[in-house]
Amino acid sequence: MNYLILGAGPAGVVAAETLRNTDPDGAITLVGAENEPPYSRMAIPYLLTGRIDERGTHLRKEPGWYKDRRIDVTSRRATAVHPGSKTVAFADGTSVPYDRLLIATGARPLRPAIPGLDLPGVHTCWTLDDARYIMDKARPGARVVLMGAGFIGSIVLEALAERGVTLTVVEMGDRMVPRMMNPTAGGMIKNWCRSKGVEVLTSTRILGIEGNGGQAKGGFLASLFRSKPANGGGALTVTLDNGHKLEADLVVISAGVRPNIEFLADSGIVMDVGIQVDEHMRTSAPDVYAAGDVAQGKDVSTGHNNIHAIQPTATEHGRVSALNMAGRPAAYKGSLQMNVLDTLGLISSSFGLWMGVEGGEAAEVIDTDNYKYLRLEFADDRMVGATAIGLTQHVGVLRGLIQTGVQLGPWKQRLMADPHRIMEAYLARTQA
Amino acid sequence: MQRSLHIDPNKCTGCRQCEMACSYEQEGIFNPSKSRIRVFMFDAEARFVPYTCTQCAEAWCMLACPVDAIKVDLNTGAKVVHENLCVGCKVCTIACPFGTINYMSDRGKVMKCDLCGGDPACAKACPTQAITYIDADWTGLERMRVWAKKTDAGATATH
Ligand SMILES: Cc1cc2nc3c(=O)[nH]c(=O)nc-3n(C[C@H](O)[C@H](O)[C@H](O)COP(=O)(O)OP(=O)(O)OC[C@H]3O[C@@H](n4cnc5c(N)ncnc54)[C@H](O)[C@@H]3O)c2cc1C
Repeated sequence: MNYLILGAGPAGVVAAETLRNTDPDGAITLVGAENEPPYSRMAIPYLLTGRIDERGTHLRKEPGWYKDRRIDVTSRRATAVHPGSKTVAFADGTSVPYDRLLIATGARPLRPAIPGLDLPGVHTCWTLDDARYIMDKARPGARVVLMGAGFIGSIVLEALAERGVTLTVVEMGDRMVPRMMNPTAGGMIKNWCRSKGVEVLTSTRILGIEGNGGQAKGGFLASLFRSKPANGGGALTVTLDNGHKLEADLVVISAGVRPNIEFLADSGIVMDVGIQVDEHMRTSAPDVYAAGDVAQGKDVSTGHNNIHAIQPTATEHGRVSALNMAGRPAAYKGSLQMNVLDTLGLISSSFGLWMGVEGGEAAEVIDTDNYKYLRLEFADDRMVGATAIGLTQHVGVLRGLIQTGVQLGPWKQRLMADPHRIMEAYLARTQA
Repeated sequence: MQRSLHIDPNKCTGCRQCEMACSYEQEGIFNPSKSRIRVFMFDAEARFVPYTCTQCAEAWCMLACPVDAIKVDLNTGAKVVHENLCVGCKVCTIACPFGTINYMSDRGKVMKCDLCGGDPACAKACPTQAITYIDADWTGLERMRVWAKKTDAGATATH
């Protein structure tokens, strides 16, 4: 059996490892588009803070790990998939045949249509190459503007702050992490960040960025907001919709991601936002599977196909797809949206339908002074979502309770009265 | 034959010697909040349930780890956190549906049961044999395993 994996991120690497464990004889080729050993984007913030070096971001670290498992790792960009002839075309002009194909090409950052985004000093934070650039620019004292305080933006926020830059965060939503936290929790995180010296502007948009050399794009805006050379000679001027301007040495863009599916346009593979997959991670094309940020698979909360763009989903997809590719049918019960975030020491997490469901009930405890928060969402006597701030012990049982859909029985009322009893509820309803 | 922790809540008196022993073995101090095993109390029924990682086959924590910092100890089967590699991202703490891998804010790392390398301090410390370390096949951990299967998002083959 000849397995070809497009994408050398966590989904692709877990798939390759699982394939080898399941099929000792198959040929496995793992292809990434970046000229790097397979690495983890999630580790980039810790590279930025200096906690690890580049090797620390590598998904597998032992020398010879891939070779020992006869996993052939190469770097080249796929440009087309031809399910009819079972081949993949690459940018270097080659065409590679497969028996079973996994598409795990991930996502890439969105670049909003704002003048000045192509200027030097304006950068996304998504690849190792991006990280090298940011480490060069984000030196202590540098003025940095971060566009977007979504989940990944907020992680990058912490890394930048730790680098000792003067940081301003601009988020167009009415709160931080609006797709992970409700207004109460998002507000708490914002207050915390401000108390730690990071300027956070919510409900604020960046209209344009100008280079102080005068080469700004977007003639209209450029003439509207002509900048004076800044004191201290910031390289960039960022114009906000509240009329204010910010001088910056570096602008980091974190405005969401989009799946890498363009190269599949002529493949006939059924796609929506991402590649549609069934519970065996199969696409609409025979012997073609998809996993990770590029795959739109079953969501255990909604029952619909969604993209979660998170590490746990990517690795679970990788494992399930590989089992199926290797001929061991495995049905995926679906992924759960969940995130854990550390903003300058304040730890927050959310799970599943944290925003609640129609006709559902919620239990909530707010301790504003101590930055603690816990909210549980129920549908009948099952937990369907949760939000926590300041909770680090046994936080995983929130996943356990939600994902298993265990009926809480009498524990529903006990949790309504005291949401902190989640661990007891879990033990009582599942094991004791 | 691999061994594993067998927990019988019916024998637990809630003395918390296991928590003390664990924290001392792992951290060198007597501090239950550092323990990898925790005793939960059900006030109404005056019942105690010691609880820790079952070293489940699915290994959600290990699968989710972005930096390969959790590895299997081939002697014991324990999933072990390598602190020198852990970056403290906490993704394992939400990925584990049992809540048995936790973040230590003071160290910036996660912690979980590692079976003390094959000689678990909690089992040695338990005065009532509520916690024993026995052949894996015999353990009442079956119930938890069954549950682990139900929790599994499908990584086990359907036939
Ligand atoms: C800074 C940052 C912090 C993050 N923090 C977290 C976090 O705390 N928690 C969390 O759950 N998630 C986090 N994420 C998201 C997480 O990293 C992704 O969900 C995860 O990387 C998805 O894995 P993947 O394998 O699907 O895709 P990716 O990791 O994006 O890998 C895609 C691979 O495909 C390759 N590729 C792309 N196009 C082609 C092509 N045409 N041909 C061949 N190869 C191609 C790429 O080179 C790459 O190797 C973070 C991301 C970033 C950037």
